[in-house]
Amino acid sequence: MSRDEMHQLQSNRLRRLVSLVYHNVPFYRAKMQQLDLLPDDIRSIDDIVKLPFTTKQDLRDNYPFGLRAAAPADVIRVHASTGTTGSPTIVPYTRRDLSVWSEVVSRSLTAYGVTRDDVFSVSYGYGLFTGGLGAHYGVENLGATVIPASTGNTEKHLRLIHDLKITGIACTPSYALYLAETMAKLGMTKDDIYLRVGAFGAEPWTENMRHEIEERLGLKAYNIYGLSEIMGPGVSYECEGQNGSHINEDHFYPEIINPDTLQPQPVGTQGELVFTTLTKEGMPLLRYRTKDLCALQPGSCPCGRTSVRMGRIMGRSDDMLIIRGINVFPSQVESVILTMPELEPQYMLVVDRQGNLDTLQVQVEVRRDYFSDDMGRMLQMKKQLGERLKNVISINADIRLMEPNSIQRSEGKSKHVIDKRKLE
Amino acid sequence: MIKQLSVFLENKTGRINEVCKVLAANNISMQAFSMAESADFGILRLIVDKKHEAVEVLRQHNFAVMLTDVVGIACPHVAGSLSRVLECLASHDVFIEYMYAFASGEVANNIIRTNDNERCEQILRDNNYCVLSSNDL
Repeated sequence: MSRDEMHQLQSNRLRRLVSLVYHNVPFYRAKMQQLDLLPDDIRSIDDIVKLPFTTKQDLRDNYPFGLRAAAPADVIRVHASTGTTGSPTIVPYTRRDLSVWSEVVSRSLTAYGVTRDDVFSVSYGYGLFTGGLGAHYGVENLGATVIPASTGNTEKHLRLIHDLKITGIACTPSYALYLAETMAKLGMTKDDIYLRVGAFGAEPWTENMRHEIEERLGLKAYNIYGLSEIMGPGVSYECEGQNGSHINEDHFYPEIINPDTLQPQPVGTQGELVFTTLTKEGMPLLRYRTKDLCALQPGSCPCGRTSVRMGRIMGRSDDMLIIRGINVFPSQVESVILTMPELEPQYMLVVDRQGNLDTLQVQVEVRRDYFSDDMGRMLQMKKQLGERLKNVISINADIRLMEPNSIQRSEGKSKHVIDKRKLE
Repeated sequence: MIKQLSVFLENKTGRINEVCKVLAANNISMQAFSMAESADFGILRLIVDKKHEAVEVLRQHNFAVMLTDVVGIACPHVAGSLSRVLECLASHDVFIEYMYAFASGEVANNIIRTNDNERCEQILRDNNYCVLSSNDL
């Protein structure tokens, strides 16, 4: 598709979208009225800058179905986002949404060279998380054989990979490396299996991890990007060039903004990635701020695709951490610490990657006049904090009890995170 | 009843000496101490002459410190005397959380933390053992 044709298609779809949300979502109607905007003011995709932004907080404020644009009966599936504070984010899908989703995942798989002859293991978690079912329907839609392995029971999974001659896999990059380690433990090598292609996403990863995964599993490792608020996996994908991810921009219109001024940035400049769901019916979003920092890449791609590419995610514009594919906010940890009177709400999160698994250490100060002389009670307190944290953030953290005043205080916005993972 | 200082310490080289230095600078003398440790932190337990002053100066230096009741008992420094004390406590169902001891000359002093210190002292007195007060140390 030429750029002109894409511009025309996006413009048509944006006009339809704006009319849809204006008439069906009171939240957007109110926001547009505040800006003195009518649907007819949006004539082409270039007018998108006039539209209001949507934030994660807006989704929470409208929990559960306040941003739904479709009739309840037309919603045929609901997903929810992982590990967030307060209300989870609920995403309703219509039949057409699911069909678009399958289509964009199939496109991604096709770019990786997957065909209907492949046997494909989906090793993202199945459930409310979009990874499992999203990849599943994409593989099925393409016509390859899907093996819904989900996560866990790695040895059994490896046996299936071997016995069923599985050729493709979708999972988090850290799980891919864990598979490689388990293989080594079982005395298997890449020559014992038939994997040739992998779709990896749901957490940030590096070029080094790519090389290691490719080397140890004997496959080509491709990035797949997505987020549940917009759709799930399949928002963008790498082609054989492995240089930036092509955005399915006929469905998800990308912009890069300066997260402080909210002004659109020129192509090639780093900033916050913003998406507008051009064709979504269940929960269409205008200019959703992903908080992911990256740049759109200028120029055409040697692969021949004309869709715009996004570079690697370089960080977050908020303090959210992604640990083993799970979203963690320091404020969640803080709220758990506040439930324990023996502890000061002074803490530091140290994130690292040991071997190939993300680790989280929570350092927290014991209160000066409120600790226990009983070692058993102290250890119990540590255990209790660990368990409460696990309930909230779904991660087993290494708890370190610290002396009062030993954690560094900073002026103004306190710094609660040390991320030692190398993501270059 | 004896008051013991309990100080929370991270497992870091030199940390115990930090406590000793603060006490020394304030002319506070230690009569006994013991260290309980886990993987990443420890609890330093000590008996000092000026306990309230010690708590104050340690808190000023940001240590987590508290006073804990413990039972002191002196018994003859001969084989078998501690065993008799412990047997007496066990027969009265007194549970010992931790203890430490220091012997010099003919007397062995024991510091015991139990699940019921008051009752422990009463039992020891009833059985004619020499229960220590802060002044005895």
